[in-house]
Amino acid sequence: MSALASPGYNFAYLDEQTKRMIRRAILKAVAVPGYQVPFAGREMPLPYGWGTGGIQVTASIIGPEDRLKVIDQGADDTTNAVSIRRFFAKTAGVATTTRTREATIIQTRHRIPETPLAAGQIMVLQVPVPEPLRWLEPRETETRRMHAEADYGSMYVKLYEDIARVGRITAAYDYPVMVNGRYLMRPSPIPRFDNPKLDRSPALKLFGAGREKRIFALPPHTPVKSLDFEDHPFTIERWAQRCQRCGSGESFLDEIVVDDRGTRRFVCSDTDHCETVLERRRGT
Amino acid sequence: MSEAPLLEVERLAKRYGERFACREVSFSLFPGEVLAVVGESGSGKTTLLNLIGGRLRPDAGAVRFRAADGGVLDLASLEEAALRRLVRREIGFVHQNPRDGLRLGVSAGANIGEPIMAAGARHYAAIRRAAASWLERVEIEVSRLDDLPAAFSGGMQQRLQIARALVTEPRLVLMDEPTGGLDVSVQARLLDLLRRLVDDLGIAVVLVTHDLGVARLLAHRLMVMQRGEVVESGLADQILDDPQHPYTQLLVSSVLAA
Repeated sequence: MSALASPGYNFAYLDEQTKRMIRRAILKAVAVPGYQVPFAGREMPLPYGWGTGGIQVTASIIGPEDRLKVIDQGADDTTNAVSIRRFFAKTAGVATTTRTREATIIQTRHRIPETPLAAGQIMVLQVPVPEPLRWLEPRETETRRMHAEADYGSMYVKLYEDIARVGRITAAYDYPVMVNGRYLMRPSPIPRFDNPKLDRSPALKLFGAGREKRIFALPPHTPVKSLDFEDHPFTIERWAQRCQRCGSGESFLDEIVVDDRGTRRFVCSDTDHCETVLERRRGT
Repeated sequence: MSEAPLLEVERLAKRYGERFACREVSFSLFPGEVLAVVGESGSGKTTLLNLIGGRLRPDAGAVRFRAADGGVLDLASLEEAALRRLVRREIGFVHQNPRDGLRLGVSAGANIGEPIMAAGARHYAAIRRAAASWLERVEIEVSRLDDLPAAFSGGMQQRLQIARALVTEPRLVLMDEPTGGLDVSVQARLLDLLRRLVDDLGIAVVLVTHDLGVARLLAHRLMVMQRGEVVESGLADQILDDPQHPYTQLLVSSVLAA
């Protein structure tokens, strides 16, 4: 146990029994990629929807040697990111970083970093709604049966409707994926821009849903395919602009309204990526 | 008609508490044949339909279905996942209320497309073509393809439901009062359509109705049920013109001659 951790709390806040229970759920999730494993979610000192699932997963896997990075909407300096990072600095005494490359555990909401993840890194994603079939089937018993029987045809109804109405698949985030050719999964609200980063990634990805008390996982190198039609293949977003801060042309851009006359700026959503590009340019 | 029956029901029984909803029901159905099940409300017609379609599990008896690959499966004892796969592939349902058989929140095209997508179709243009052609076959304008079924009249919703049930070309279709709740002229048109489709596709149909006129128009054979039991069965015209069982006689005589 780290000397830096605050007295009065167990290492990383959760008690050891709870961590063990969550690790068991994680192991099962890793063994069955994409399958939602129920777990006995605990009350955490932050509201549902702020990352209670992710924070429990992180608390169960973090060790004193780990270096933690927390992202919210791609940024390291937003409220949620700062407070979760501080939470673990305080309760586990672990080192923190904003550098994707340096982190051993990255807890995130909404984004996967632009910097490709490496083997050995663990990504923890906060999940608001884990069930991809919920929109068409409100009964949990029924969605479980559909998963068990891989009865996923109806999921295409949604894609069909999008194309019929708008001419393309409109889902911009939480775009459904097939994991290892078996389980349908919601990748949490990452933009579909990030979906290709899930496919055969060398890093372990863990998904924690606090309110719904489900954990699921993508072990390293798992094939992940975004749903599409043969004649309407999956595509990612493209921008006509480049980042107006670092000039990067291949990152996911946030559109920011900067005054009350509708002036807009496009900047990288991944702040670490933006900084890295800027530093590289200053260096040369 | 081929020689082997598509469906063989043997001594089927279903009980709710002490009461039999269905008792000792046996019949066989051949490919291309239309069997009407008639009887008053509460006589066990719908229960029988649900037992055949795998929506209810019988307390006794067998429902032997000859699958497309020639194998004979007992739907009464088939494991659940296999049952659902089989039902999705080879059995179509038409409910009395189109709202039970349709997804009202998505377009007509998506409603027809869903069963084909569930069967594995992944080519948007092909799915759309199939949906459009089925819309035409059930006499709905193709321009309504992207409209929600909620914007359709009752008769149109029912025709849409029929398209959805038939698009995968099932070998058996189960219909529960398909013309119930429609006005007479719409009913006549729907019956015409059904007769044509059933003839064209050569599908076998079990049709539940309390309307003897519907039964006479569509069915080759007739089965009369009372209190969960079959009291009389035979060729449709024969039973309607020369009913033997007192209950059937009552039923036939109670129809107003138009």
